Amino acid sequence: MTEKSNRRKFLKQVGTLAGVSLVPMSLVEIVWGKESSEKFTFAYISDSHLTQIKGTQFTTNFDDGLKRAVTEVNFMSPKPDFVVYGGDLAQLGKREEIDHGLEVMSGLRGVDVKWVIGEHDYYLDLGDYWQQKVSKLNYSFDHKGVHFVVLCSILTYDEWMDKWPSAEVRMGQMARLDNPQGSPFMVKDPQIEWLKKDLEKIDNSTPVVVLSHSPLYKIFKPWNFWTEDAEKVQAELQRFDKVTVLHGHVHQLLYNQIGNISFYAMMSTAWPWPYPTTYTQQQSAVPKLTVPMNRADPFAARDGTGWGFIDLDSGRANHHYGLWENPSRAVVFKGSQPEDSQFQDPAKQIPPQKHY
Amino acid sequence: MWKKYYRSATLTVFASVFIAAPPVFADEFTDADLKKWQAEFQSVVAEGEKLFHSHLGSNAVGCDQCHPNGSDTHPETYPKFQKQLSKVATLRDMINWCIENPAEGEPLALDDPKMIAIEAYLTWERRGEKLDPGKH
Repeated sequence: MTEKSNRRKFLKQVGTLAGVSLVPMSLVEIVWGKESSEKFTFAYISDSHLTQIKGTQFTTNFDDGLKRAVTEVNFMSPKPDFVVYGGDLAQLGKREEIDHGLEVMSGLRGVDVKWVIGEHDYYLDLGDYWQQKVSKLNYSFDHKGVHFVVLCSILTYDEWMDKWPSAEVRMGQMARLDNPQGSPFMVKDPQIEWLKKDLEKIDNSTPVVVLSHSPLYKIFKPWNFWTEDAEKVQAELQRFDKVTVLHGHVHQLLYNQIGNISFYAMMSTAWPWPYPTTYTQQQSAVPKLTVPMNRADPFAARDGTGWGFIDLDSGRANHHYGLWENPSRAVVFKGSQPEDSQFQDPAKQIPPQKHY
Repeated sequence: MWKKYYRSATLTVFASVFIAAPPVFADEFTDADLKKWQAEFQSVVAEGEKLFHSHLGSNAVGCDQCHPNGSDTHPETYPKFQKQLSKVATLRDMINWCIENPAEGEPLALDDPKMIAIEAYLTWERRGEKLDPGKH
């Protein structure tokens, strides 16, 4: 199914809604037919950062983003097989925030959610409430010929975990992105061992999709666009012919290729992060491959947030980024790497992509 | 005798001001002065950093959530025509816009020490960037 035909169906369904051309969807379509030529779709929603102000009062702007995404996933046609949630449902890991997030997400009709935990969900109680109410931290599943692995990639050094006077302080420290007292994300050896065992039974030709919160490579340590032991995880994935990593955390359009692994960031429903290159005091390694999304307009509250749409044609990913308040972007796998279908050629790039 | 005394006293004062004491010039300063002034500035930057990472409005949203390390604020481009305001605006106008809108708070007076601290923090985080007023 093409994006165009999908959108046409979608637009037909919601034609009565105002501003329908701006409505985002986050649909990931897998067209993979090694054994069964069955194609299927899944949607993702990520980084909603629902924030409790007090009592039952939550930050409206962030609630609006998640509600909008949920509404639009419900309009998907065909209905996605499942929905991935990419982490950071809560802002400060509070039960009230997680409960509120579950309540909004319960608006999704007739689809299972595959949950990925983010650091904002974890560092108050180390994932305790999440595991009680939401999901395991790491697990895998097979779906129509594709092996999916969910990792908890936001762990960190024990010494850092133990240095804070309270759980609230620890959560607050990890919640600050530009924290000089922060600590890098890690998958850690026990989970890497688990991954190794999980993948043992999987054939090299099976497409593998890894879902994590942090990018499983290294972009910018001061903001934790970074996984400390990423290379160890990548090493476990290298033997497969086709591997896609979908991650959250960075709140921006971002893609990269390392060896056989294609990396794509999920968009946030809450707010956009600037690209690390906009902070000129420290070096960053934003993938040269990525053509930035347009600089966000703060006057349009939903600008720079939104959704993505991927198909894994022949097991490689083509990602259609549907961006709220912006034209959609298609990043397609070409030859050996993902490339923007319209803007990869520097001569074709537009000022809003450069004016950071 | 009194005359003599006065002359002597005048000479003493003259000597103490122009000879014994080192000459004082308004535009001279020492390394110690520089350190002191830099420390004063940095203390205001530190205050700005604290404010920038706090909640200045009513909805538990901090400036740093969209602008880690003050990034994507472009202090070097102000004043500039802000198309959304249809006028040439200053960085302080935009700081207040963010406090009032995304953070849902009350604007600061333009000469409020908090405003100056935030401005100091943003410009410090963007130090070294060449001035480019008017650039969108």
